[in-house]
Amino acid sequence: MDERGRAWLERLRADGLTPEREARLRRELEADGSHGLPEAPDRPDYTPGVTVLPEVQDSAAAFGDLERLQALSPPTVPPIARLGSLDDLMARDNQREADGFPRKIRIGKLVKPGKGGRNKVVVVPTTVEDKFVHDPKFKEEGDGGEVGGSGPGEEGEVIGEQPVRPQDGDGGGAGPGQGEGAGHELESNAYDLGRILTEQFKLPNLKDKGKKRSLTRYTYDLTDRHRGFGQLLDKKATLRRIIETNVALGRLIPGEQADTSEFMVAPRDKTYRILSREKDFESQAVIFFLRDYSGSMSGKPTELVVSQHVMIYSWILYQYAGQVTSRFVLHDTEAKEVGDFYTYYNSRVAGGTKVASAFKLVNEIVARENLAQDYNIYVFHGTDGDDWDSEGKECLPELEKMMTYAARIGVTVAETSFGTSGRTEVEKYLKDSGLLESRRKQLRLDVMSENAEETRIIEGIKSLISE
Amino acid sequence: MQLIDQHAKAIMEGCKERARDAGLRFDDESLEYVVTNRDLLELSPKVMIPTMYDYWVHDVEVLQGKGRYELYPHNPYETVINTRPAISFYNDNNPDWLNVMIFYHVIGHIDFFQNNLYFQHTWDDDFTGQALADKRAITKLRSEKGRWVDYVIEFARSLDNLVDYHGLLAERFRPRGVDFSARVDYYFDVFLQDEKKARISEYVKEMERFNEARRQSGEAGEDNFFKAVQSRYPEFRAMFEKARQPRDRRGRDVMRFLMEHSEFLNREENKWMKTVMEIVRNTSLYFQPQIRTKIMNEGWASYWHETLFMRDDRISGHEVDFARVNAAVTAMPRVGLNPYALGMRLFYFIEEAADKGRYSRSFLSLLDAGQRRRFDQSTGLGREYIFKVRENLNDFLFVSNFVEQDFVDRNGLFVADRVLDEKRMVWRWFVKSRDAGAYKQMVLDGLYHPPLVTVDTAATGADGLCLQHAFEGKPLVRDFVQNTMLGLEFLWGDKVQLETTEVKTIRKPDQKQPTLPGLAPTVEAPGEAEIEWQRIRYTMKDRKLSRSLV
Repeated sequence: MDERGRAWLERLRADGLTPEREARLRRELEADGSHGLPEAPDRPDYTPGVTVLPEVQDSAAAFGDLERLQALSPPTVPPIARLGSLDDLMARDNQREADGFPRKIRIGKLVKPGKGGRNKVVVVPTTVEDKFVHDPKFKEEGDGGEVGGSGPGEEGEVIGEQPVRPQDGDGGGAGPGQGEGAGHELESNAYDLGRILTEQFKLPNLKDKGKKRSLTRYTYDLTDRHRGFGQLLDKKATLRRIIETNVALGRLIPGEQADTSEFMVAPRDKTYRILSREKDFESQAVIFFLRDYSGSMSGKPTELVVSQHVMIYSWILYQYAGQVTSRFVLHDTEAKEVGDFYTYYNSRVAGGTKVASAFKLVNEIVARENLAQDYNIYVFHGTDGDDWDSEGKECLPELEKMMTYAARIGVTVAETSFGTSGRTEVEKYLKDSGLLESRRKQLRLDVMSENAEETRIIEGIKSLISE
Repeated sequence: MQLIDQHAKAIMEGCKERARDAGLRFDDESLEYVVTNRDLLELSPKVMIPTMYDYWVHDVEVLQGKGRYELYPHNPYETVINTRPAISFYNDNNPDWLNVMIFYHVIGHIDFFQNNLYFQHTWDDDFTGQALADKRAITKLRSEKGRWVDYVIEFARSLDNLVDYHGLLAERFRPRGVDFSARVDYYFDVFLQDEKKARISEYVKEMERFNEARRQSGEAGEDNFFKAVQSRYPEFRAMFEKARQPRDRRGRDVMRFLMEHSEFLNREENKWMKTVMEIVRNTSLYFQPQIRTKIMNEGWASYWHETLFMRDDRISGHEVDFARVNAAVTAMPRVGLNPYALGMRLFYFIEEAADKGRYSRSFLSLLDAGQRRRFDQSTGLGREYIFKVRENLNDFLFVSNFVEQDFVDRNGLFVADRVLDEKRMVWRWFVKSRDAGAYKQMVLDGLYHPPLVTVDTAATGADGLCLQHAFEGKPLVRDFVQNTMLGLEFLWGDKVQLETTEVKTIRKPDQKQPTLPGLAPTVEAPGEAEIEWQRIRYTMKDRKLSRSLV
């Protein structure tokens, strides 16, 4: 890997490179680290002999009498109960939009409900109450934070260590690209998340490519109901029929105590499940998720790209359940396909960047499997906009090739806040190529700052998939 | 929610008697309820006020991120609420001895609510009753106006920290019976001091002259005095007339200003919105003192539960149980800020210092450390002194007046800070400073302090509503600006502008990583970040926000 990267860097240098750019590329290449899923991140590596501080209460307002004096823990609402009211909240939010106010329910917050359901992650609707308030943490991104302390210790002495991520139990948030233990649950959460997002978007340019019915594939299942005979008695349905019959016969008067021994049971009341042949439909759309996992993506850009892709993925999983196949591609200077979203989501960043490699791989897959004929193909690519192929010499041809079949290509650039806005290589060569205008129906670019908030991410998805 | 049983109530009454004997003062009546987890579910979003109005946000998990404690008054899990009679909540199965301790703690809070002057505006009414009336009013409006009531609640709540609480206090504590004319006040308080920068001797001489004139010819003396003044300072009359324009505090209470001056709100069909805003405003004002006295209030309650429990004859045999629970509540954490512990220790410290007569000129002028240590006048006035403190101060004054080096040293306090060790996924906490000034600043920085956003009454008019944020070293949370201003535009009915200060560039200091394991672990505190500020104007018009440099 390093060998290849280095060879390529040499080549680039031969073609002429500004010194800053070379330094940057070199830094990216030489930063140590490898892809691959992080090992269990739950065990922070404490220094022997230093006190472990599980949590630090940094504000007087975090203390309350009921908790402190009477050990009454804050009440927890079962997440299921929260989901129950989700539809109401969504309806309210839609109404807000209709009334011309921005939506207020935020979603996609994954929390671990603590005891019992350890590591289980669910989607919970949340909101904030906006006010003018001072930002106490404007100086840092998370670190620093003065607080009181007591006991021995010289100035400068380390007195304790606190795990960065909350251990077992409460706390939330996933750490894409750095790994997070709760990945296995992703599909089921994604489903809930998708349900919410569905309210907001629809796949563009969906063409009827024919519901390709596969004659060879049938599944058999006890799905059909049949009255009178069958393989398995459906007790609930049968009881319902019996009650209907007896209400009709006047043997059961609603509201009064019924004598069930007096009930008549007709043979046709018995409802059975019967084994039936189910036709299996092939999916109509394939979605490629492409993520740049090069070294420069470390931290926020990855978080942003991945959370956007989580949302798209969740939404598609819900909206087009079973009708859509998702494929995942990661790339640095080389691209590879990974089997599941978990790996896609959690693989760590390292190495150099070559966007063309991913596009090329997608083109190869599509050609090899002849996907274009039967599927609508969507490609979503997330990057920080860095590309060693700075003029898109390799990338643009691949992109044009891709546009011969793809229904929509959505490129997300998460800009680092250090550079000047609008100056990333990917953005530049896409704009210069003129494709964004001439092929607007197919190609979309969304550039956001790496500090973008959730609402911005959703806006981004909208612009990527809008008609 | 049901009342506690008679047995527990009897214990409570016994506690009240003993607390009164010790000098605490509070109403006779109080209500105690047993609460279940289910009750808490309903109560906690309503900040423990059972009759609080309904609002859909109460049903949603409110995301508490940036500035989380700034957002709504305080931690919702309080035991006592400041109502008449005071209501307190209990776990079902507390043993008697624990109830004794909790009751004393509760009585400490009730005493504080009913005597601390910052709460004065809450003394006249029972808030549960008020809240119930408000809740009904809102329910009724909701049945007429539907979802628009919730929008108005939302927009009003987004401004409910801009209600000029201190203006309300100033109103209440304007000294009475001091009836010097405005002219006299202006001459001595402003003109001589600020305009003329008179020296103290001159000032005293003028005062003498004034008193002399009054003595000689009573009321007319004042006129005579000012005739002399006028000849000496010909500009005095004009300046006085100018200063006499009533001082404009209106702009400090943004909510009130909207209610009084918004054309939109004062249209006949929109007047109901003002009812909603008034409710939200009053609710906020009711909570203001509570959030500003957290350390004192908890410290005071802890001081008294500890003091009174130890004396109580009914709990013998449970001293060890008490010690364990009490330690868990009032221990100083190794890292963290516990208001119970800090407040209680500070009260003990003040009591001792006052007992020794250390809040006196003779002590403060001592420079010799040994003499300072031995200084003891045995005044025996410590208790009396802390009662005065509980009556007159809030957290800010409590901490800034009384946290001193002796206190910090005695309790081994320090300011802790942390650096991230990314490889090992830990924060490393280290001792940053043992200096009392730094410690004080750290505590003060953590106190509730809403930004000072005021209406620029002069600029407001044709160009919409103009707001000014007085910069105090911190920017506003930017994510909240958009929605807050959206609400403002709705309530004002026209364009709204806000001038605020934001970070232009920030240069972070280099962070030094902690030393290798094996060596004595130390950390060098990172230096201060260099920040360049710029003044920004936000404009909200037709629900679109724009941002420009001033």
